[in-house]
This record gives sequence, C-alpha cells and structure tokens, in this order.
Amino acid sequence: MEARRYDELVVQKGCDMRETPLTSWHRQHQAKMMEFGGFLMPVEYDRGILAEHMSVREHLGAFDVSHMGEFEVSGADAARFLDYVVTNQPSALSVGQALYTPMCYENGGTVDDLLVYRLKSDRFMLVVNAGNIEKDWVWINRLADGWSAVTLKDRSEEIGLIALQGPDAESKLRPLTKADLASLPSYHAVPTTVAGLEGLVSRTGYTGEPGFELYVSQRDTVALWEHLLDQGALPVGLGARDTLRLEARLPLYEHELTAEITPLEAGLSPFIKWDKGDFVGKAALARQKANGLKRRSVGLRLEGGIARAGYDVVAERGAKPIGRVTSGTKSPTLGYPIALALIDTAFASVGTSLYVRIRGRDILATVVKTPFYRRSRAAAETS
Amino acid sequence: MAQYPDHLHYTADHEWVSADGRVGITDYAQDSLGDVVFVELPEVGSIIRAGDTVGVIESVKSVSDLYSPASGRVLQVNSALIEKPELINQDPYGEGWIFELEDAELGDVMSAQEYRQKIEGE
Repeated sequence: MEARRYDELVVQKGCDMRETPLTSWHRQHQAKMMEFGGFLMPVEYDRGILAEHMSVREHLGAFDVSHMGEFEVSGADAARFLDYVVTNQPSALSVGQALYTPMCYENGGTVDDLLVYRLKSDRFMLVVNAGNIEKDWVWINRLADGWSAVTLKDRSEEIGLIALQGPDAESKLRPLTKADLASLPSYHAVPTTVAGLEGLVSRTGYTGEPGFELYVSQRDTVALWEHLLDQGALPVGLGARDTLRLEARLPLYEHELTAEITPLEAGLSPFIKWDKGDFVGKAALARQKANGLKRRSVGLRLEGGIARAGYDVVAERGAKPIGRVTSGTKSPTLGYPIALALIDTAFASVGTSLYVRIRGRDILATVVKTPFYRRSRAAAETS
Repeated sequence: MAQYPDHLHYTADHEWVSADGRVGITDYAQDSLGDVVFVELPEVGSIIRAGDTVGVIESVKSVSDLYSPASGRVLQVNSALIEKPELINQDPYGEGWIFELEDAELGDVMSAQEYRQKIEGE
C-alpha cells in the first residue's frame, strides 16, 4: 500500500517548516501533522476528518489558522491604494466592515485571494494565504512604490488566528465576550476581548457555516484556544477545513485560483468592481470578459469514483480532455463525490454529462449547481 | 496502540495475509490513511501475483494502491466495503478484510514481530 496524495497537504522533507503558537498543542494532542503553506499544521486529530467535518456542520469546531498572514495598510491614501491593488473595492467599506477579494496580476491571473478589513478610516488589515505571504508582501510593496501616503506593515508574526465555526458558534462565544454578537453582521468585525484576551472578533469563515474568526496576539492564542475548547468546540484540522470549504464552493488558492487562472474563470465576478477606477489587471479582465470566457470553474457530482485535483475531464468516453479537476473529495455531508473543475465553457451548463478520467477509466460526472451544500436548506431538512 | 496479530503475515507495504489467503491492510496503515471512504476491489476469478497492484483505497485526503502480498486466484472480495469502506478503519483484521486468494503463495512477507519492529523504526 502506497499513498499518493492529490492535494496540497504534502510533507516536504528537508524543508524548514514554520510553526504557529499552537503547533506544540497539536503535537501533544496527537494530531497528524503536515506541511501546508510552509507551516507545520494539523491535518486531523484523533476523531478523524469525517467526525471533525460533521461537528462543524452540526455543532461547533475550532481551527488553528494562525498560519494565515496579516498585513496592515495605513495612511491617507490607503483606501485609494487598495482599490488599485485588489479587484473588489475596500474604499467602500465602513469602519469595522470586511470584504473578500481576489488580487490580480496585470494579465488578470490571480496573485492571491484575501480578506480586507477596514479597522479605521485610514487603516486596513489584509489577511492572506499562508503559502503566499512572501509573494504577496513583495508584490504589494512593489505596487506601493511611489505612494508616499501609504505605509505597509507585515504583522503575520504577531497575530494568531482561530476560526470558531458551526451553528453553535454564537451561543458558545457569547459568554466569553462583551461584544454584542447579535448585532454584528456578516463580514463585520469588532475589537473586543474574548475570555479577557484582547482581539478582533470577525463574523467570517471558510466553512459554509455561521461562525467567527478571532484575531489575537500570538502569545494569547493558546489560552484563547483552550477557552474555546472548554466551551465545547471540537478541534478541527486542515483536512476537514478543505472538505467543508469545498462543499460550500469556496475557492482554495493553488487549486481554483492560480497565477494562470483569472477570477472571472473561477466564477468570482461579483468580487470585481469595474466602476471604481483603474486597478491591477482591469484591462486584461475586461478583455477576457468582452471576448467571452473560454473556460470556467464548475461543480461536478460523480457516482462511481472520487475525482481528485489534476484528473482530466472529458466530454465523451475516450476523448481528449476539455479541462481538469481542481479539487475533489467524497462529500462527508452529502455522501457522494463532488469536485470543482476548470473546463471549456461549451460544456459548462448545469446538467451536462461529462466524465472524469480516474486511473484510466472515464467515470460519469454531471455538472451541478453550486454551492454543493448550503446551510439553510440542510437545516430545514434536519429540523 | 496499534495491533499486529501473531498468526498473520505482513508486507513492507502494510498489507496482511492470513494462512487461508485472506488479505487486508494493517492497523498502522488504516490509522495513517485516516477515514477510508472508497475502495476499488480486485475482480473475482482474476489471477494475481505477489506485488501486483490489485486495488485502490481512498481516504478523505489520499489515494493508495493496494498490493497483493501473495500470488493466487481471487476467490472472493469483501463487497461489504463498497457500502461501508469504514470497516477497514473499524476492524482492519476482521470485517475490514479486502479479498481472499485461493491456493495463496506468499510473496515477500514478515512476521508480526518483524513488522512491528519495522513500523517502530519508521
């Protein structure tokens, strides 16, 4: 028996791995550890990915996501600068509000996808993918050349981040904080204390469930983690984080988004603001839009096998590929295999029958609506 | 603590085979894989040789080839695994068996003690 892994969770031997404030905790609690984005991270704990996944769908899970990077962008021109750097419109945020946005190269390819928080009118926080911290830092600094009223600061080493996700998130967090969680809307954040620890409570997440992301000082991260577990949250590793985000059709950089994939192709056009003035990649994206997309990211449902990242998608058995799978798994919530695939737009309509080439066999795959899983409907079914 | 029953033979690829030709994967293997969600079984009646790739075991995060620890003809497969692949996690030496060979001729196998030493060295 020999394992081949078809995802990002590959142990890179001989590479210097960074740690989060919780790495020792994970090790002490028998987590399976693997490299992700240059960090040594927990894939799963003793209950396993499926139990962790369902715990987030049904109750509450806590994720160590301290590997994510945080940049602070401040100064009189910070808002205008960020409007130029990303495709969405940070200048339109009110203080305490956040948005999701792609960040593009001039050719429209994606540098990263990130969250932007407006902390003060002239101060923003960018939350970037762990594996892209250095690349993004260099890129943003290059773009900031000539912007004298913009100051950049990499705060990744100071900030710890825990995601608390699941239908019980609000009721379990409420006793720990004075913040008025009930009046905190989605994609808003408030500076407050949690269990006496200073931080930022944000109503955001990457699971398709209600929940929060809690930014605290790295030195307080373990204490916060333990308080959240005391409230009944199950520790959840990156394995379940991946299956949860895939069911909710949330993109993962290096899979649905790369330097070769534009946000338009990835289905992220709601996060491109065409009317805000110039931004990096605008001309290329506008051209791609005008000419019509040649390929698009779609959801697939399979029956006889599990599609994995990199597998070919074909329109007829034995035919040449019309695209490839970018992420795939057997959906723990739905019980059948699901995948995202970047394919020729001619075959991208919902209901189209395609095939995924799995170990030389072409297995039927149907283009389906996404997200594969949506909270409201599942809640209605179980109640 | 992972278990390695003394009456079984083991391979370096983490399969086990019993004296009557039954084959599965070890406790160490199922634990390393995590939750098994899909199994591709060999065909009943097919003739296989020790070391052949005869099936696939998929966990949530990985895809693994299954090698045969012995040569012989596939007498039967554990079709319960199609609906319940998690049996491999729950009972790797019992309900989680994978296939059975007729007139099995062992390939390069080791004893439980040798296998345990190998695992502990990893």
